[in-house]
This record gives sequence, structure tokens and C-alpha cells, in this order.
Amino acid sequence: MTIREISEILAANILCGEGQIDTEVHSACGSDMMSDVLAYVKDQSILLTGLVNPQVVRTALMMDMKCICFVRGKTPDEKTLQIAEENDLVVMSTKERMYSACGKLYCKGLVGGAE
Amino acid sequence: MDSIVWTFEVDGKNFEHAGSASQVTKARLKQMGLPNDVVRRVIIAMYEGEINMVIHADGGVATVTVGQDEVVVELKDTGKGIENIELAMKEGFSTATGAIRELGFGAGMGLPNMKKYSDEMVIDSTVGVGTTITMKFKVA
Repeated sequence: MTIREISEILAANILCGEGQIDTEVHSACGSDMMSDVLAYVKDQSILLTGLVNPQVVRTALMMDMKCICFVRGKTPDEKTLQIAEENDLVVMSTKERMYSACGKLYCKGLVGGAE
Repeated sequence: MDSIVWTFEVDGKNFEHAGSASQVTKARLKQMGLPNDVVRRVIIAMYEGEINMVIHADGGVATVTVGQDEVVVELKDTGKGIENIELAMKEGFSTATGAIRELGFGAGMGLPNMKKYSDEMVIDSTVGVGTTITMKFKVA
């Protein structure tokens, strides 16, 4: 599935990284705890989260992720977006809640990946 | 090959910048051509340590040494020290405040994660003096 398809399924607004939206991703994770993302994520390329601060972007970058999707309509500040932009990370925002966003993507074949 | 060493001052007063030393280190290790899985292990462990320095110790100094066979990351602070290292190593144990948890950290996974991703980890801590954590990663 491409990041573009994800944005369409979730009716999400792309906030930065438009040039990378045709990148293929194969698995995702959803968490508001960055500690857990660091502890349990392996090769997931997209992070769904309701947490909005620069550490979300840094965590995603450390894990070599390609995309962050902020749920519940959250949008990060300029500084956070700037770090993402500088590192070719796609950032999008959807009005969907976490459970629904993850469920919709899972139903379309985007799995959680294994430890 | 001589070892290559670089050092960062980790600013303990600025949570927004926490992780920038790890981010720069990641770029440098990749540029040096280290295997992806080694870079990944080093960076997750270093980032956890860097966050800990900001949350618990008001910052410190991070030193990365890249040798032929291993990468060594030393995180040195002059913070309050760890009272009970055995307890601090338990998954889920944390002394982080509610404010830190709201930022997505403080789940008690930092030190266990650092141990998990490094090949060797030594914690030298004295209450009231500070903590030095040294992690070694084999470059196979």
C-alpha cells in the first residue's frame, strides 16, 4: 500500500513530505507512548499517534519510519513539521480516532508486523 | 584504523532538542557505511539514553567512539544518580513525572531497552554525584 492510499482511506490531509507519498509501506503501528514504539516496533513504516510533539518525529526517524499519521485531527507545530520535512518524512492528519484509523487500514491489508 | 570519536553536550533544559545527538550520530554512522542493523541498535539505545539524561539528569555529555570492531556510546551526567539500579532495570519501573508521561516517555522501558539493544552495558552511578552508562555494540 502506498502512503497516498493511506491518506485516501483515512481522508487525511498531507502536512509535509508530499514528494514521498508514492512510497510503499507494508506495516504500521499505533501508539501514544514513544517508549513503547522504541521497545516493540521493528520494521513498521508508519506510526499512527495522537501525541503531538517533536519527539514523535524524532522517534519515527530513529526507527526509520516513512510516515506519521496524527489521529483525532491533531496537527503538530511548525517546528515539529520542519524536522519531518528536513528528513523526508511524510506527515498527515486525519479526523479519525486511533481505533478506527488502525481498523480501516488493517481491513485494507496494512498489517501490524511481527516482533 | 584509528577510532573516530565525537562528543555532544546534551541540553537538559530543552526537551524539544532531546534526541538531536542521536539523530546526528545516526547520519554519521550511516555515512560511514556501518550495517543498518548495527546503526539501528546503536541509535535506539542512544536515543533512550539521551532522553533519560534530559528527563532525569539535567543533561550531560554523550561520547560516541567508532572503532574497527565496535561502537561505544558513553552517556555521562552529573544528575541525582540511580538509587536502585536493579529496580531501575525492571521493565515498567519509572520515576518519571506525569508531565514526562504526557510527552510519551517514562514507561519504564528506557534502561531495559538500552540493555536489550547493546551487546554490553555498564551502569556506574552514585547518588548525588551522577551516572555514567557505557554501551558497546559489536560491528559484525
